[in-house]
Amino acid sequence: MIRLVDVSRIFHMGDQAVRALDHVDLTILPGEYVSIMGPSGSGKSTLLNVIGLLDRPDSGQYLLDGKNVTDLSETEQAEVRREKIGFVFQSFHLVPRMTAAENVELPLMLTGMPPAERKTRVMKTLRAFNLVDRAQHRPAELSGGQRQRVAIARATIMHPTAILADEPTGNLDYRIGAEVMALLEALHQGGTTLIIVTHDRELGLRAQRKIAMRDGRIENDAR
Amino acid sequence: MRAQDILLFAAKTLRSYPARSMLIMLAMALGVAAVIVLTALGDGARRYVINQFSSIGTNLIIVLPGRAETAGGFPGAALGQTPRDLTLEDARWVGRLPQVRRYAPLNVGVAELSAAGVLREVTVLGSTAEILPIRHMRLTQGNIIAGNFENSAQIVLGHKLAQDFFPDGNALGQRIRLGDRRFLVAGILAAQGESMGFNSDEIVIIPGQHAQALFNTQSLFRLLIEARHRSEIEATKAAIRETIIRRHSGEDDVTVITQDAVLATFDRILRVLTLGVAGIAVISLLVAGILVMNVMLIAVSQRTGEIGLLKAIGTPAITIGLIFLTEAILLSLAGIILGLILGQMGSLLLRLAYPQLPAWPPVWAIFAGMAVALLAGTLAGLLPATRAARLDPVKALNKR
Repeated sequence: MIRLVDVSRIFHMGDQAVRALDHVDLTILPGEYVSIMGPSGSGKSTLLNVIGLLDRPDSGQYLLDGKNVTDLSETEQAEVRREKIGFVFQSFHLVPRMTAAENVELPLMLTGMPPAERKTRVMKTLRAFNLVDRAQHRPAELSGGQRQRVAIARATIMHPTAILADEPTGNLDYRIGAEVMALLEALHQGGTTLIIVTHDRELGLRAQRKIAMRDGRIENDAR
Repeated sequence: MRAQDILLFAAKTLRSYPARSMLIMLAMALGVAAVIVLTALGDGARRYVINQFSSIGTNLIIVLPGRAETAGGFPGAALGQTPRDLTLEDARWVGRLPQVRRYAPLNVGVAELSAAGVLREVTVLGSTAEILPIRHMRLTQGNIIAGNFENSAQIVLGHKLAQDFFPDGNALGQRIRLGDRRFLVAGILAAQGESMGFNSDEIVIIPGQHAQALFNTQSLFRLLIEARHRSEIEATKAAIRETIIRRHSGEDDVTVITQDAVLATFDRILRVLTLGVAGIAVISLLVAGILVMNVMLIAVSQRTGEIGLLKAIGTPAITIGLIFLTEAILLSLAGIILGLILGQMGSLLLRLAYPQLPAWPPVWAIFAGMAVALLAGTLAGLLPATRAARLDPVKALNKR
């Protein structure tokens, strides 16, 4: 369960203070499918970054699965990210010099798992995403849809409790985007919490719970 | 993350930027090679000088009048003072010691040499026939015989003097005037050129007694002694000193030095010189270190997105820092190995080009060069590694 209590995040642009998150309270239950929508600068990406422990709130509390993670050290937060959260980005963020298999293997490498075991798990995951014949390709040799599939495979290999996706279809055409969404929604069907940040109204409306943000506040929260 | 995975990750990264990696490696390698080649040159020069000295004879013991605290000579000697004469008689007594193979008393001065209308000021050595073997000088013509030479008015001419005064080459047996005395040319020195600071081609050698009369002195300038065995040189030195003290009414008023002492001084000077060139070469290693830092900083900014991703998938800052530091260290190590090979090849080329120069790099220089290179590479990697570790993940991910 993700629980934000009175969370604020303030950015300073010159002498101006911008409240990217303005006293936000939010609870997301395990297994929920949530979309966060809103215009640019509404704070939706900041909200996702705070939930993903990439950014620290300036005030307020963050409880993840009942544990206060607000003031954990950098190393402890990294460990929480590794074990519980999977990120999917608009620009895929694959390491260009590594093959698809190596990219998917990266999170396992961080755990200190022996190589043989890593390989088995990578192959299993690649099979699940229908990427086995692309395993030895580098990102530059893959199509956009394939790249995002590799990125999703990487995000799921640690079996995270939540997948956080920031405009996952932003760089893909409509048909491929729909395929990627179907993949993410299948993960949700499997019980993973799915949180998607998007501009795209049509995409946002697919979620069970639709959060609309404006000026750092939750304007609307519809189930 | 396991250490071997960090190592593998760093190595893979380096392989995927071959041009960049080669460049840094080369810079490091040239630095290490410079240390090796320059110290090989310095140490080669040292060995060359030592060898030159040894060829003159390391069994040589030199006695000079006057007591000196250091091997620098009696301070009053420059003013023409000598405390007590070191005489030909002293030399003869010393010559009777069983440890002494041969000895040559020496007087040095300048006098006018004239023959057939040619007149020239020359350096005059007054000694015995033994001066020739002791100073490793050879005659090309004529001969002087120990015991005979000393008691006659014979003269040995330097190679160039013989040519200048007797261009026909018939110097032997001619009479020649030195100062107010006439001498018979009994021998001509082989051309040797400059050796140990004086040119033996432009000297004359006359018997010691004549030289003392010519320069109006009772005292020897030096007494040169060749010990029978190199291993006995200290014992011989003590015996000589004892003999002279006995003859000088118990006063220890001579200085006895050995070739070894002079050799040690040169050795020291040239070692410092080698150290100096090593220091200069180390600067090139520091420059290579700065290059490593520069390139690694560029790498950090090029791979900002990747660093952001590594943070997002849960890589602790310290691990990210370690990855970049490992890259810098691996590059330095590769450069060091390449430099070691280049340096040894360079020294080999030096030895081939100048066979008389024993240009072997000293072991300490090789290790010091490698250690400094590794240290420079590691220090240079620290700043980029810290910068990478401290990157804000959100900003890093948003940078394209």
